[in-house]
Amino acid sequence: MSVPVEEKSESPAVTAGSAVRPADRNFRGLTTGAGITVLVILAAIAAFLIWRSIPALQNNSGDLFTTQQWLPDSDPPVWGISVLIFGTLWTSVLAMLIAVPIGIGTALFIAFYAPRRLSLTLGFIVDLLAAVPSIIFGLWGLYNFMPYLVPFAEWLASYLGWIPLFTNDVDLYTKSILIAGVVLALMILPTVSAISREVFLQVPRGHIEASLALGATRWEMIRMSVFPFSRPGMISAAMLGLGRALGETIAVALILSAVFEINWRITEPGGNSIAANIALKWGEAGANGRSALIATGLVLFIITLIVNMTARWVVNRRKEFSGAN
Amino acid sequence: MSTDTKLNAPLRPEEDSDHLTGKVLPRWAPAASMVIALGLGVLVLLTGVTIVGLAWWVVALLAFLLIYAGWTFSVEGRRHATDRLATALVYLTAAAAILPLAWILITVIVQGLSVMNLEFLTSTMRNVNPRTEGGGIFHAIIGTLTQVGIATIISVPIGILTSIYLSEYGTGRLARSITFFVDVMTGVPSIIAGMFIYTMWILTLGFPQSGFAAGLALSILMIPVVVRASEEMLKIVPNELREGALALGVPKYKVILKIVIPTAISGIITGVMLAVARVTGETAPLLLTTFLAQDVNWNAFSGSQASLPTFIWDQIARGTQASLDRAWGGAFALIFIVLLFYSGARILAAIYAPKER
Repeated sequence: MSVPVEEKSESPAVTAGSAVRPADRNFRGLTTGAGITVLVILAAIAAFLIWRSIPALQNNSGDLFTTQQWLPDSDPPVWGISVLIFGTLWTSVLAMLIAVPIGIGTALFIAFYAPRRLSLTLGFIVDLLAAVPSIIFGLWGLYNFMPYLVPFAEWLASYLGWIPLFTNDVDLYTKSILIAGVVLALMILPTVSAISREVFLQVPRGHIEASLALGATRWEMIRMSVFPFSRPGMISAAMLGLGRALGETIAVALILSAVFEINWRITEPGGNSIAANIALKWGEAGANGRSALIATGLVLFIITLIVNMTARWVVNRRKEFSGAN
Repeated sequence: MSTDTKLNAPLRPEEDSDHLTGKVLPRWAPAASMVIALGLGVLVLLTGVTIVGLAWWVVALLAFLLIYAGWTFSVEGRRHATDRLATALVYLTAAAAILPLAWILITVIVQGLSVMNLEFLTSTMRNVNPRTEGGGIFHAIIGTLTQVGIATIISVPIGILTSIYLSEYGTGRLARSITFFVDVMTGVPSIIAGMFIYTMWILTLGFPQSGFAAGLALSILMIPVVVRASEEMLKIVPNELREGALALGVPKYKVILKIVIPTAISGIITGVMLAVARVTGETAPLLLTTFLAQDVNWNAFSGSQASLPTFIWDQIARGTQASLDRAWGGAFALIFIVLLFYSGARILAAIYAPKER
């Protein structure tokens, strides 16, 4: 856009416009600076977390990846992150398995099934779900939702208990990974649904009408013209949902019973996650304890960074090729 | 349609000559299947029969899907049975998305209103025994407004200037990487934002825990949301406006400040309000940067400051009925503020929405 200005300057009559105005240059510099601030903040997050986690990493007498204990303030400090990483991934993957089908279904409903007025309202409602604070999800999940999920967990354990995943030997069904996973699923539902809806709306009208004109049912149209076109978008919607679930703190901290052990059984009380562990242990932690918590935060930051960057990369790659519209 | 059918009929004698499209279920078929399935469910409920331990409404739901799909299969064939089953499932998922929201809102309103009164809004938790009733959320409301205000003051200029760079100036690799990392920053967990401010502001620079530190942490979460929303608005400002002004010899910065921004301002304000709604409910970063307080702290730059999310967190942790009631009261106030910003933003967006995109 600056090119025409420069061309104008070749005309001898106009001398005032020949140089770039200082105000223009300053304003441009200001906006560029703001943009660079974003990059600096991200780099600074990584730098400060690495720097402040070094002390605890150095004096840890346990093994970072195999120790299943959390005693960073004892002497000598013993702590490891395997339990936390396991719990974080396990709750998040469970949440994703529940939220992705429901989110995509909701997006399909909004994009292809609902009448226009209803679809606008529903889009508003799903976005509203995203605006509900996580502490309220936790409060509601703990006191109102859990009593209804416990029978479901009991049903899973008694009828599918022969699958090791659902076995329950303690006869307690509250505060389990399953319940945390379901609540997390509700929290990431808006993310999955909003992004899927966006890619569904990008499907070229021609593809949809062509398949309907050839006699496809609505579901065949979706399966054969919508899904192939929007598969990368749906994948990244799932991954962005996963990214949100990984970092979710308060709801998980309230619902899980924060046991420090690896337990695959999703109906038994227990489980933990990096973010929940930070929220629960921060207040009582000493200097070294906080440093260890920062180390776990760094791991969480790296995991979410990888997940989010992959998701964005998949979406952006798609954008370049979707020349159809 | 009927004449066409008649013409085609001799060519395909094996088909029913009256139906070009094949047999179709009557319009009342879904409703009828639903009634039958519901009847089955109620039967299970009344007789106490258990089918592999399933609740009566699950039985009704599965029965509906089976009856509906089976009926379609026998009349319309496999393809249409799949289609109708998919339709039913899509409707179900949409219901599954709405139900929790309604449930949460109703719960918060019912529970919250039972403790909400003027005294609750205007008193603090100072000298209140957490086991007994009394106290209020005045200190938390003041804290939340202060912290969110600070976050807004910091993130709005940075966010809007970044979006101006992205939509008006940036073209090369820098612009592309900023766009990419703004998207990535949207996904930074809120607790990491709090942890970053703790390590930088409190641990390294040596400032005390404060409402300002909490505001800094919230602004990290807010910046990317403001950038995305505002950039989107700037991009739909018609290019003719910019070109017309530039052709008249207006300096570019003035074109942006006097033409582009005013055109997009309602959308930008909407985006900012949505960002405010998003960060108002954040708890985790506040726990690391300002922690809890039981009394009003008017000084945002020193000492712990309460806030609605941390107030709720604290009251849940106390674990008594009185404190739980207070937590619901806090939840009601919090969701009221969040929804106020949220619906305000939506209403504004609806009023000033560009008529076509």
